Amino acid sequence: MSAITTPIAQAPEAWRLPYRGKVAMACLIIAESAIFTIFVVAYLYYVGKSLTGPTPREVLETPIFYTICLLSSSFTIHFASRFLERGKRGAFLGMWFLTIVLGGLFLFGTGHEWHRLIYEHGLTISTNLFGTTYYSLVGLHATHVTVGLLMLGIVLLFGFAGHVGPEQSARVDVLAMYWHFVDAVWVVVFTVVYIVGR
Amino acid sequence: MLSDAMAIQTAEATGRPWVETLHEWVTTVDHKRLGVLYILFALVFLVIGGIEAVIMRIQLMWPHNNFVSPQVFNRMFTMHGTTMIFFVAMPILFGFANYLVPLMIGARDMAFPRLNAFSFWLTALGGFLLYFSFVGGSGLYGAGNAPDVGWWAYAPLTSRAFSPGHSSDYWTIAVLVSGFGSIGTAINLIATILSMRCPGMTLGRMPLLAWLNLVMSAMVLITITPLSAAQIMLLVDRYRGGHFFDTQAGGSAAIWMHFFWIFGHPEVYILIIPCFAFMSEIIPVFSRKPIFGYPVMVGATVCIGFVSMSVWAHHMFSIGMSSYSNAFFTLTSMVVGVPTGIKIFNWLGTMWGGKLIFKTAMLFCIGFLFQFLIAGLTGIMLAVSPFDWQLTGSYFVVAHFHYVIVGGILFAVFGAFYYWYPKVSGRMLNESLGKLHFWLFVIGFHLTFDLMHIPGILGMPRRIYTYEPGRGWDTLNLLVTIGAFVQGIAVLVFVWNLVFSHFKGPRAGNDPWDAWTLEWSVSSPPPEYNFAAIPTVASRRPLWDRKHPEDPDSRYE
Repeated sequence: MSAITTPIAQAPEAWRLPYRGKVAMACLIIAESAIFTIFVVAYLYYVGKSLTGPTPREVLETPIFYTICLLSSSFTIHFASRFLERGKRGAFLGMWFLTIVLGGLFLFGTGHEWHRLIYEHGLTISTNLFGTTYYSLVGLHATHVTVGLLMLGIVLLFGFAGHVGPEQSARVDVLAMYWHFVDAVWVVVFTVVYIVGR
Repeated sequence: MLSDAMAIQTAEATGRPWVETLHEWVTTVDHKRLGVLYILFALVFLVIGGIEAVIMRIQLMWPHNNFVSPQVFNRMFTMHGTTMIFFVAMPILFGFANYLVPLMIGARDMAFPRLNAFSFWLTALGGFLLYFSFVGGSGLYGAGNAPDVGWWAYAPLTSRAFSPGHSSDYWTIAVLVSGFGSIGTAINLIATILSMRCPGMTLGRMPLLAWLNLVMSAMVLITITPLSAAQIMLLVDRYRGGHFFDTQAGGSAAIWMHFFWIFGHPEVYILIIPCFAFMSEIIPVFSRKPIFGYPVMVGATVCIGFVSMSVWAHHMFSIGMSSYSNAFFTLTSMVVGVPTGIKIFNWLGTMWGGKLIFKTAMLFCIGFLFQFLIAGLTGIMLAVSPFDWQLTGSYFVVAHFHYVIVGGILFAVFGAFYYWYPKVSGRMLNESLGKLHFWLFVIGFHLTFDLMHIPGILGMPRRIYTYEPGRGWDTLNLLVTIGAFVQGIAVLVFVWNLVFSHFKGPRAGNDPWDAWTLEWSVSSPPPEYNFAAIPTVASRRPLWDRKHPEDPDSRYE
């Protein structure tokens, strides 16, 4: 064995370690999942425990259209990063812009629903347990969408300035991971709030 | 290569205005400097938290003592607990991890140096906010200043009705902010360990310190975050009129307990696992043997990581859970003792037949082994729910967890100080002062915390500010307080040793202990870039290979 003659063995030819950005984002996603888990548990634990109305059954309307918007934005961002990988900057920017539009539509939907709940049904965060848990959980998700949109927007600005090319592909992928996570969380929140919680 | 690094270091260290030095330290993104900042920050808070403990002990020295008012006593135990966990134990362990992990895995810095600095300053901001409550907590309006809700902050004590003013808010935000700092550092450590290892450093060859910090960081991700979530809920309750923990509106006080202890119990393991890491590095070097059972050690740690996530409700046996819950949490709490026992046997196996060298660092490690074992045994006692019903909320519990935190964690941290101080400062710590520190601390520790079990068994509840004479607690409490003073003196000896040796200690050289991990291959203190050339490793003990080319470890792996 060569190790006997040369104690410090040669490096294996291909010493490859995972990309640190991906590892870090995966960790952040795990941490965020734990935060959401606690809010989801609180929501489920308090379903039907409000002492006063309004109840979810009375006031909630399932936001099918906006959900479709958010979920399809996962596809558009996926295609965007694939386009970037192959150096098709124009197609990348188009898909990226479409992702932001879809995310923005979703956020508009949340705002619209909140406006309706507050002004038509008088449901605020302090009305009852349903209000507290609903606004906290949906609001936590909306906060994440907002943060995601801001970051997507920054990339878009750099993209328009011509600074985003295939060499940034790995970093853009990291941001896409976050966006996929935000979408996946919505599937859980949607199930909990609009299906189980009613 | 090494002498070059030394030359650059000394050339840098010529006289410069102190403002420039300060500016460098404040704006640094170097993992070693941030590690030192973390540790210094924690030492300051260790002294503050220690003074709070001494205030409580003076108050309890005699029955009907009037040293402090009941209100102040409540603030003292709240601040003591919060300070010691969030602003002493966490930052000191993160400090060591920050300093050592990149050096041990042959990297030039952490994966995200700026995130590292950001995390540290978040933690520092949290500590500042907690203590700013003394001035900012509306004390002038008679609403009390520092938080006084206990470090668990059980609902409904934290509701607006029972906690007017802003003291609880300072507590909440301080813990929330420092929690974000911890999450940032944990992400950074994981990314560093997984993505920055030098060539040849496979996962199976990583020093155990890196492995254990990897597990610790993974636990931080999933256990600090529930606390953050609970703090956000508490803020919603206090500022937006929410009802999460408002029993008047159908909310539940018990759910706060669950959320808190889902964080609170794994937190103990987050603190002890890095201490296991210190043990696993120091004991082999001073036993002159490689660690016994490396793969089992890693496996046991991962196992602890998982099992410790499902034991939290043993803090809540007395709130009236179902018998199934009680049985489940009793069993899991006992099971978690198994991998921990495996580790103790591994360290003993390492020492067995070794050529033991009783330096101060090793003495603290041996103290750790004995005391942590006893702490584990009282832990098993308290894991039995009927036993816990009898003794929960008594001084027995206080004695138990201080046995873990002082007898275990603090002893390990002291050991780590004596072991790595030469690397960080370039000077050796004084051995005589070190031994004085060790023996004083051992005596003080046992005087305080061995005896503290007894008033607990005799029924003395925790968190009382005074007690009636003639219940058999008087002499014991006096002795416990005397022990606290002995520990205080020991810590002063330690601080004096740190300062004195920094200026007058003998030069350490690169490798004063004849150790085997990569941090000892560079100069002391290490150059800013750590390694002039990134090393390549072929075994778990790269320096052994370098020192003994005739019989390298790599031949056997």
